[in-house]
Amino acid sequence: MVVPLYHILAFSGLLFTIGVVGVLFRRNAIIVFMSVEIMLNAVNLAFVAFSRYHGNVNGQVFVFFIMTLAAAEVAVGLAIIISLYRNLRTSDISEIRLMKY
Amino acid sequence: MTAVLFYLFAALLLGAALFVVLNRNPIYSVVGLVFAFMNLAAMYFLLEAYFIGVLQVLVYAGAIMVLFLFVVMLLNVQPDRPRPGLIHPDRWWFGLVALIFVGLFMLLIGQGVRALLTSPAEDAAGMGSVANVGEALFTRFLLPFEIASLLLTVALVGTVFLAKKKV
Amino acid sequence: MAETLYLITLFPLLGFLINGLVGRWLSEKQSGFIASLAVLGSFLVSAQLLLAFLALPAEERLLTQTLFSWIHVGDLNIQVGYRFDPLSAVMTLVVSGVGLLIHIYSIGYMRGDPGVRRYFSFLNLFTFMMLNLVLADNLVLMFLGWEGVGLCSYLLIGFWFEDEAKARAGMKAFIINRIGDAGFIVAMILLYHQFGTLSISEIAQAAPGAQIGRGFFTAATLLMFLGAMGKSAQIPLHVWLPDAMAGPTPVSALIHAATMVTAGVYLIARNSVLFSLAPATMSTVAAIGIITAFFAATIAITQNDIKKVLAYSTISQLGYMFTAVGVGAFSAGMFHLMTHAFFKGLLFLGVGSVIHGLKGEQDLGKMGGLKERLPTTHWTMLVGVLAIAGIPGLSGFFSKEEILWAAFSRDFSWIWLMGVITAGLTAFYMFRLLFRAFYGKAAWEGAHQPHESPSVMTIPLVLLAFLSILGGYVGIPEALGGINQFHHFLEPVLAVYPGVGATAQYPSQGLELLLMGVSTVVVLGGVYYAYRVYVQQPTLADDLAQRLGFLHRLSFNKYFVDEAYHLLIVRPFQALAEGLWKWFDIKVVDGAVNGSGHAITMISGAIRRVQSGLIQHYASIILLGVIFILIYLYIG
Repeated sequence: MVVPLYHILAFSGLLFTIGVVGVLFRRNAIIVFMSVEIMLNAVNLAFVAFSRYHGNVNGQVFVFFIMTLAAAEVAVGLAIIISLYRNLRTSDISEIRLMKY
Repeated sequence: MTAVLFYLFAALLLGAALFVVLNRNPIYSVVGLVFAFMNLAAMYFLLEAYFIGVLQVLVYAGAIMVLFLFVVMLLNVQPDRPRPGLIHPDRWWFGLVALIFVGLFMLLIGQGVRALLTSPAEDAAGMGSVANVGEALFTRFLLPFEIASLLLTVALVGTVFLAKKKV
Repeated sequence: MAETLYLITLFPLLGFLINGLVGRWLSEKQSGFIASLAVLGSFLVSAQLLLAFLALPAEERLLTQTLFSWIHVGDLNIQVGYRFDPLSAVMTLVVSGVGLLIHIYSIGYMRGDPGVRRYFSFLNLFTFMMLNLVLADNLVLMFLGWEGVGLCSYLLIGFWFEDEAKARAGMKAFIINRIGDAGFIVAMILLYHQFGTLSISEIAQAAPGAQIGRGFFTAATLLMFLGAMGKSAQIPLHVWLPDAMAGPTPVSALIHAATMVTAGVYLIARNSVLFSLAPATMSTVAAIGIITAFFAATIAITQNDIKKVLAYSTISQLGYMFTAVGVGAFSAGMFHLMTHAFFKGLLFLGVGSVIHGLKGEQDLGKMGGLKERLPTTHWTMLVGVLAIAGIPGLSGFFSKEEILWAAFSRDFSWIWLMGVITAGLTAFYMFRLLFRAFYGKAAWEGAHQPHESPSVMTIPLVLLAFLSILGGYVGIPEALGGINQFHHFLEPVLAVYPGVGATAQYPSQGLELLLMGVSTVVVLGGVYYAYRVYVQQPTLADDLAQRLGFLHRLSFNKYFVDEAYHLLIVRPFQALAEGLWKWFDIKVVDGAVNGSGHAITMISGAIRRVQSGLIQHYASIILLGVIFILIYLYIG
């Protein structure tokens, strides 16, 4: 039995939504970040699935780049969080409201 | 056979993701995410994307999550204190938004995507090998490749600078 | 020859510009000299043109010059054009001639005043405007001059503007003038609408044959007369003239005696064709004229301010002029305009000399005994008083008699009667002024001794005195053996008004002589009575004032007209303005403006809350955007 494409796509969407929920609802900055990673990976899955089902390797190349980007982003993001923590003594997002009106 | 395995790994992945998002202790979340990534790598292998699968383990689970772990332990992040309900009371509408999002996405997929292929391509076995992807990378996608390396350099410098105690 | 017409108005304009722009670097004498020179230029050009006229036959006495096209909108084409015919010739010479003498006089009178250059530039500007008014060949240019002289009147009345009362007097004059001007404008609109042109000569040609009802002409001319009433201070728009005495005395002489106030009479004479087509208006003009003449005279007999006496006298004499044109004797009105310019100008300048000699005193009660100290002033003023009273032999006699005879011979006997009584009153109050100022006991205070004025002031007085005597001899009526050259000179350009009943030439010179005698007797009676009250028995004045207490109070307070206006018009307007301010401006307008600002502040206060600083809020809004895109894709 073969897994239909739209099954994988639906699953990818679900995973993405879980990531969105994590971003919107968690107060810890690091958890929020991890949720973003979940979202990225969901997209990766979709890309790979498309690549397999079309017989084209371009999808996987794109995933390669996404991963590279994700790595860079995580590095910089965590550095920012560390820096924030040093100044504000907290990693709670709801207390980082410097740009409030 | 591969289909069954696929669904298995998918279920595990889903569970792990939920665990990451819903757990109070950040260390547990990090570990949970590692587990999720492993499952995802397995799914990649089942989709004949070997190179990507390996990269997933090496880069994501191996490097990125380690970084996360380091930061969590560095900042000594404490588990969230128990609260009446994990959903913050005044952010209930976020849930509504997310629900609508899921619904719409599903609808879209369900409706427009039914015309998609249901079975994988015929002569595509082994297309995700290192050699194949490498060949694509270094010929057709050379420029993005080089720019990506530039990006990594920039990120490297930036991270070092940002995390310093004193400039 | 007609090419020199523009010089008449150009010279004063240049004088105005020079004194206005570079005046501060000129000395007082230079400033006055330039101004006088400008008016002299106008006078010489006008005189030369007049002499040329006299050599021409009557039908050819017309010079026109069009300078440039001023307003050109659609079908409306207004030129700046001048028309020099006998009527405007008379006016031009009077304005520039008397004006010249007054300019020269001012050099002495205004000496030492810090605003001397401003004074002369305004005086020149006035002359420019007045000459434009007189020479204009179309109503719009005339109106420009009309407004211009009103402006200059305002500027010169309020010349010493640091004194608030004087400044207010200027404003009063201007505002009341405006009421009249509104009438003038509406009249212009009516005429343009009917005739399609505003050229005076074209209207005069088209009017008699036009197929329109009397009502149109009555309306248009009544509105024009409204303008004349404002400008020439006829009842009920006369109230500004006494207040206008706040200005320097030469200004009172020039503007409020000799020239500007006569513009109304000129307007009617100029448009005599139109007026003669509206008998209703003519009767109104005559009626208002004689009533004004009478009532102003009754006020003048009790006034103590020497300039106010002359002001009411001017109003009264203007009333005579309007009476004349109202009964159709246009040339008689112009004749009186001319002689009045001479003797009233003389009287004002003489009074100015007295005021100058007494260092500013204007109260008759504080004068007296000046006969020896100001001899030239005294003798010239005596001539002026004789002239205005209408003593036979002087100019005023001839012009006044012509008016009275015109009224009588056209069956306006009641006007004649009132005119004669007014003449008696005129004689009375003028001699009262003379006696109280120059004769009797000296009542002036202060250590300074009144002195005669310098010759730059007294020479114009003497010249005007000569004109007051001789000026009438161009109009000697046939009943006395003359040929009335003045009337014949103006005849070609003035309409012939049929009058009620008889023709203009009543076939009885004997009756005319008889009436002349009657009025002379009345006049002499007035003189004698003044002599008795003010020279023989000075206490008689106060006795009379007490016995006729109520009447005296009425007269002294000018019949309370100003107070009535204030109560009925000024106060309601002020209340309205204040109400509009307090309610409409503050509540509605400010409310709307402030309110909109307030509303925006409220709205922004609400919208501001989007910027919460929470990343998750921002993320959810982004997600919302994605949802909208998905919806769009789903629908589309």
